[in-house]
Amino acid sequence: MFFVVLMSSIPYNNGWKDLPTYQLVKDCEDSNPLIRALAVRTMGCIRVDKITEYLCEPLRKCLKDEDPYVRKTAAVCVAKLYDISSSMVEDQGFLDQLKDLLSDSNPMVVANAVAALSEINEASVSGRPLVEMNAPTINKLLTALNECTEWGQVFILDALSNYSPRDAREAHSICERITPRLAHANAAVVLSAVKVLMKLMEMVSADTELVSTLSRKLAPPLVTLLSAEPEVQYVALRNINLVVQKRPDILKHEMKVFFVKYNDPIYVKLEKLDIMIRLASQANIAQVLGELKEYATEVDVDFVRKAVRAIGRCAIKVEPSAERCVSTLLELIQTKVNYVVQEAIVVIKDIFRKYPNKYESIISTLCENLDTLDEPEARASMVWIVGEYAERIDNADELLDSFLEGFHDENAQVQLQLLTAVVKLFLKRPADTQELVQHVLSLATQDSDNPDLRDRGFIYWRLLSTDPAAAKEVVLADKPLISEETDLLEPTLLDELICHISSLASVYHKPPTAFVEGRGAGVRKSLPSRGVVAEETSTQQPTVIPNQESLIGDLLSMDIGGPPPAPAPSSNVDLLAGGLDVLLGGGPEPGASAAAVPGGASGLLGDIFAVSAAPASYVPPKQCWLPADKGKGLEIWGTFSRQNGQPRMEMTFTNKAMQPMTGFAIQLNKNSFGVYPVGGLAVGAVGAGAGAEAALPLATHGPVQRMDPLNNLQVAIKNNIDVFYFACLIPAHILFTEDGQLDKRVFLTTWKEIPAANEVQHTLSNVVGTADSIAQKMTLNNIFTIAKRNVEGQDMLYQSLKLTNNIWVLLELKLQPGNPEATLSLKSRTVEVATCIFQAYEAIIKS
Amino acid sequence: MIHSLFIINPSGDVFLEKHWRSVIPRSVCDYYLEAQRASPNDVPPVLAAPHHYLISIHRGGVALVAVCKQEVAPLFVIEFLHRVVDTFQDYFSDCTETIIKENYVVVYELLDEMLDNGFPLATESNILKELIKPPNILRTIANTVTGKSNVSSTLPSGQLSNVPWRRSGVKYANNEAYFDVVEEVDAIIDKSGATVNAEIQGYIDCCIKLSGMPDLTLTFVNPRLFDDVSFHPCVRFKRWEAERILSFIPPDGNFRLMSYHIGSQSVVAIPIYVRHSLTLRSNGDQGRLDLTVGPKQTMGRTLENVALEICMPKCVLNCCLTANQGKYSYDPVSKMLLWDIGRIELPKLPNIKGSVSVVSGADTTGASPSINVHFTIPQLAVSGLRVSRLDMYGAKYKPFKGVKYVTKAGKFHVRM
Repeated sequence: MFFVVLMSSIPYNNGWKDLPTYQLVKDCEDSNPLIRALAVRTMGCIRVDKITEYLCEPLRKCLKDEDPYVRKTAAVCVAKLYDISSSMVEDQGFLDQLKDLLSDSNPMVVANAVAALSEINEASVSGRPLVEMNAPTINKLLTALNECTEWGQVFILDALSNYSPRDAREAHSICERITPRLAHANAAVVLSAVKVLMKLMEMVSADTELVSTLSRKLAPPLVTLLSAEPEVQYVALRNINLVVQKRPDILKHEMKVFFVKYNDPIYVKLEKLDIMIRLASQANIAQVLGELKEYATEVDVDFVRKAVRAIGRCAIKVEPSAERCVSTLLELIQTKVNYVVQEAIVVIKDIFRKYPNKYESIISTLCENLDTLDEPEARASMVWIVGEYAERIDNADELLDSFLEGFHDENAQVQLQLLTAVVKLFLKRPADTQELVQHVLSLATQDSDNPDLRDRGFIYWRLLSTDPAAAKEVVLADKPLISEETDLLEPTLLDELICHISSLASVYHKPPTAFVEGRGAGVRKSLPSRGVVAEETSTQQPTVIPNQESLIGDLLSMDIGGPPPAPAPSSNVDLLAGGLDVLLGGGPEPGASAAAVPGGASGLLGDIFAVSAAPASYVPPKQCWLPADKGKGLEIWGTFSRQNGQPRMEMTFTNKAMQPMTGFAIQLNKNSFGVYPVGGLAVGAVGAGAGAEAALPLATHGPVQRMDPLNNLQVAIKNNIDVFYFACLIPAHILFTEDGQLDKRVFLTTWKEIPAANEVQHTLSNVVGTADSIAQKMTLNNIFTIAKRNVEGQDMLYQSLKLTNNIWVLLELKLQPGNPEATLSLKSRTVEVATCIFQAYEAIIKS
Repeated sequence: MIHSLFIINPSGDVFLEKHWRSVIPRSVCDYYLEAQRASPNDVPPVLAAPHHYLISIHRGGVALVAVCKQEVAPLFVIEFLHRVVDTFQDYFSDCTETIIKENYVVVYELLDEMLDNGFPLATESNILKELIKPPNILRTIANTVTGKSNVSSTLPSGQLSNVPWRRSGVKYANNEAYFDVVEEVDAIIDKSGATVNAEIQGYIDCCIKLSGMPDLTLTFVNPRLFDDVSFHPCVRFKRWEAERILSFIPPDGNFRLMSYHIGSQSVVAIPIYVRHSLTLRSNGDQGRLDLTVGPKQTMGRTLENVALEICMPKCVLNCCLTANQGKYSYDPVSKMLLWDIGRIELPKLPNIKGSVSVVSGADTTGASPSINVHFTIPQLAVSGLRVSRLDMYGAKYKPFKGVKYVTKAGKFHVRM
């Protein structure tokens, strides 16, 4: 009873600090295992820092308790503790104890340990897996899998999905041991098992018996998920959508289960429709069309529209059945239901593009419905059709003329189409449409205030007036065919999502990096490749090796400890730096000497330096600024650095699209620090699948506009495909200038002059190292230590820095040896910069 | 994992909130309510708010919204929420707003035990019932007088055993084991009466009241029927794989032993047919409706509890019908025509006909409603599944055994 009261009141009440915690600690020693477990569970729920300190000892004992029930409860308690104080868990070695529990004899304990570890993993900043999976661990997990609770099975299966077996044989045996999970009553277990199997199937070569057996075994459980509650159905359908794209064979005979029931919720209906189209093939097209036609008469307007669109997609996908699809669409147009007709016309336009000059006979039917169209997209499609087939429609000029009457009231989309259609008509029948084209060109160029329309009008006008033959070639050029692939996911994205089946990512069809918070560069998963022995699947987090130029620059401008030395390398520089200076001949022109080093050697040198890269200014790891699915295949990872007193933006471009990308250009929006690019972006053409590195020097006296947060930077990247926009955060330390050192006395007077209201305090956690090593690190990043004092066992560092926009910031850092927490006080006349500077401090100290 | 749970009633009030970690403000539910306003009946089960994910289910008129902060498996959460609802139904026989409000104390106690820091803890109803006694009138009165709560003073020893689903020390005067084989026919029948799609969703629900630790085996006459099966955790999967028999130590009381699916690959017998004609003439303002229902492939059993539901097109104002059996009602607001037939006694076939009034001049083309059919057939498993025998080991007494078969309509649609 005591526990229940305690548990329900603690989260809401912080005044309970004085509770007799000794009672709980005492209960952890009780002879009854259930009491011990309850005590440890209750302590984990008390989210008061003071109490957690008392918790450590009992928790350590309980993790080694003889009773499995206590151990299993304690495992979860570690995750709770991590939530309250992550540093404590790491310092006290609970993580290692938790890892030991993975090989526990009791399956429930293993399951909870896996759950706790994955939870900690999610919450940790790096997102790097805590446990390296190896064959014995996997074996333990597989044994535990059969005997633990349903929830435990989900955790274990998720953990298994992160492992990639060494060879096909191991994959085979894991598959066999997981397959029984497909018959579990809990849908979550089933879907997690599907995930692991889908991943392992990649490992095994496609023609083996295993793959065909697995494909056969995967179908029934997926189908069964569809007879569950609608919520389960929805999640299942989103995942099936991925499975079908990856392996269409699995469900190719199960088309019928995706037929829509009229009382399905709308979100289920739309998903089913999508999968139906993906499964449509020559063999089942008749059935599918029959169904789609049925749906087109339903009540829900949105759904009907989707169904009509689906018919069009079928026509494009299954070529031999295009004729049937077209006749089905015609039947639907005959119903004269307004929105059905409009939607049908939109899809017929697509069909015309896919099969040019094949179905023109139906144009007359379409023209009958001209008057009923009121939606811009349908009108635009109709106008396009009239323009495209102007030579076959006798009264095309009349039709277009009738549209022109209300030209200014039309939507921009329709106006553009009208303009093009009339020009096409003129090129095809120049004799009697002169007047019409004059009229439309004047409408577009003189009376319209839409720049797109005006520009297109002018272009046509000039083309027609200078060289009608060229105009003909331009306007009536062959259009690229469209294919059904347009709605498919990018293969790389699809593979990544397959690894995330059953998770939120699979519901959104977005990689977790695109929406999970606090994870700039989380670990990305990819499918294991077949036949590769012992390949690590989880791609390494991109490690940034500071390139050589930056190192040289930093080494030369480095001044460790004490007053800034004379520019010439002096003897008080530490051994390594001194040695390197000698190595490089103390080159007076670092830029030149760096350029002289050949590319191969520079990479090597960079590697050597990276190993002992302590004396370099901190460069944060690259983050994904523009994921490939937002950049139409262009992926950008980037970071900022400072070298030779100039901030730089370093980016890695990866082209994940099918076509090469050229014509890169960059622009930065106005920002708080007036950062702007010097020179252009030095990136040439990037071929499909290739990558390129670019470093962009930045200057800091551009136009200034306050951003929120202050160090926010909005970037636009242009290439031949599109313009992409994204935002990133400038780490403040790249804006600290080299002349940020204040004289001791000036520091003292300035500190006194700045009013107390302009002082901000911040607590830094996880501080490692001594005051000296921290001061050294700071100096590398242009934070200068003015004085150091020792007061009552505490080290006080007084530091100053100057931002590029001439804001001086004075800091006082209070360190206590042995305590991972440090207090930082900041004084500045412009106190808004405090947050970014604190962030920079955190980053530098942790580097 | 699951951070918090909110229960919301149809008018959008949060009437219960429970936090397993730090408190998440109620305002996070606004994202759910916004989606609810957009489409009142079809809120997507997974919603993203700026810092949280809302995963919801809708049962008994209330919505259970779970809030998560990190990447989770949505099905995991959905399954857990279903388990919560099942537990409520088990304890209070229903899961509605009033019932939850009446039993706030027990509800909070249950939620506390079911999740620990967002991890499922005790979700088996056997263990829960040992911890927290289900409310009954007598105990409620006693608790009010003495100020005690429903939390039992003994500790749940079942959590320690390796058969967590069964209580130890069960004792009954009458030892009984009943099995209900329930099959639901899901089908879509097109205009002409041809079957578009038909599947069977089957369950074996048990009510087992046996003393001690009995070990049961259930064998079927024709186990090859099953396309796909899923089992209660108590079933030994290896024996099923090898011998196609169900071997298990049962939980105490009611539970679902197994559910199975017989899919579109095999031929499913359709036990009922509906002859229909609906004409909505656009020139006049009267239409005609004529429906006849009859049995088909029922293997000599009678159809019971037959009822038809038709969602009429929007243009239908009212219906004036005569039925030769049963009662009908028409709701002009929801456009729902309900015809409750009851038992079909041959040779008389139930029929309903009459006129429907239509909004004059309304567009009646392209509106084709669907008939939702309900029926039950006792003593028949439409797939032909039969239990052959039940053996018990590990206990001395002779139990009383029984198997009951019933076939029902699941999602059975006839298109008009």
